[in-house]
Amino acid sequence: MQAWLDTLVVLLILTNLRLVGSSRLFACVRTVAVQGLLLGLLPVLVQWNTLTWRPALLAAGSTFLKAGVFPWLLRRAVRDVGLRREVDPVVGYSTSLLITMGLLGVTLYLGQRLPPAGLFESQLMTPVAIFTILVGLFLIVARRTAVMQVLGYLAMENGIYAFGMALAVEEPVLVELGILLDVFMGVFVMGIAIFNISREFDHIDTDRLSVLKD
Amino acid sequence: MTVAAPILHVLTALVASPLLLGVIRRVKAWMSGRKGAPLLQSYYDIVRLLNKGAVYSRTTTWVFRAGPMVGLAAVLVALTLVPLGGVPALMRFQGDLVLFAALLGLLRFFYVLAALDTGSAFEGMGASREIQFSALAEPALLLGLAAMARTTHELSLSPMYDEISFDLVIAPSGAVMLVAVAFLIVFLTENSRLPIDDPNTHLELTMIHEVMVLDHSGPDLAFVEYTSALKLWVLGALLVGIAVPVRTDLWYLDLLAGVAGMFALAVVTGILESTMARLRLSRVPQFLVAAVVFSGLALVLVLR
Repeated sequence: MQAWLDTLVVLLILTNLRLVGSSRLFACVRTVAVQGLLLGLLPVLVQWNTLTWRPALLAAGSTFLKAGVFPWLLRRAVRDVGLRREVDPVVGYSTSLLITMGLLGVTLYLGQRLPPAGLFESQLMTPVAIFTILVGLFLIVARRTAVMQVLGYLAMENGIYAFGMALAVEEPVLVELGILLDVFMGVFVMGIAIFNISREFDHIDTDRLSVLKD
Repeated sequence: MTVAAPILHVLTALVASPLLLGVIRRVKAWMSGRKGAPLLQSYYDIVRLLNKGAVYSRTTTWVFRAGPMVGLAAVLVALTLVPLGGVPALMRFQGDLVLFAALLGLLRFFYVLAALDTGSAFEGMGASREIQFSALAEPALLLGLAAMARTTHELSLSPMYDEISFDLVIAPSGAVMLVAVAFLIVFLTENSRLPIDDPNTHLELTMIHEVMVLDHSGPDLAFVEYTSALKLWVLGALLVGIAVPVRTDLWYLDLLAGVAGMFALAVVTGILESTMARLRLSRVPQFLVAAVVFSGLALVLVLR
């Protein structure tokens, strides 16, 4: 089953590109959900023959959170805000796509110089994990609306998760649970924050917040 | 491989390419519940135009008259360079894929010059848009060809397309499939099909390709129509070679599969045109950058 790992990794790259190139908030939320689903499939494919209960349950739990709960929370937030698309990003969409391609090139170059990691036959896994983290960071700086920044944060978490998978499949459950809990709290708080910002200021452009004075 | 196959492919393209336009129109008419023009309408149009006289504005020079002729010549040479699936091209040498892209560039260059030569503001606008969009579509084409060259370790179009097999197309890394998606977008852009340009529109403000040839008349316009039909075939052959990876050892089966693939592509184009809305002009570059990214991603995947 490891042959299909490459396909999964390429799909992961494509979801990242979609996230960077799309202006529709609902579509981006859905893309992050798909990304979570793909990452959930990852341990199943890697350990096809030696799958034990623990990683399977962990994968099921994280998939449930990433592909079910987070998108549900965010979709609610977007609906309540009444915003359908990011209108005026800091970096335009075409430029963003080209920058992302550049990032992919750099991470693949770096990935070749790193020692091959863990159980993976796929040479792509580590670089793409780093790539996903960078895409998340890029979204946080290059988009104005709070929703897109939260999505960037989630993409970053997905990257960290993939990185952990690439390095050590048998990572301690506590660490993984800790990260998941953090992210869950983060998204929860941010969802409420987005809602409150939009109720106070009737927009969720975070740039305006930096000129607030007390 | 017998020598008859490439010759037969070129002859088929010369005869059947206007029929592709007819098929696209028929599918669109059928999808919208109309009866539609006869399948052979493009042939009637070309013959009718050839029998007419041409009108030339006094402001135009020889450049305007040269445009359609150079365009037709360029696309005819491109036709001899392009393989159709397993059927090799009439002419093949190392690096002919660069010449192929350059010929399409030459065709576009002369159309643009002819459009600018008329001095009409609308034609200048169309020329500017045409150049802007094709400047984005060309890297997608070249990067995609580079990715294919790297996958198959061939630098000539014919052996390159001969190497493509079903296993290669559905390979786990999916690079060839990404190239096919990029080529589909290039195919739609270069032939001014719907998400980018509407071939049926008659509003100068929104036209791109069609506005450039507004001033051509008579035989010149017939040349332009025939050129666009051949261009449809040439670029379609690049896509069909990947999307229909039928490689038998019998050349007539390959040719048959290729031609069937071309007409299937025409039907798909018609369906796409009926179901998709046209992109806003400011959004088109983003769509084309996506094609570049697909090709670039494929190249990065096969380079590592």
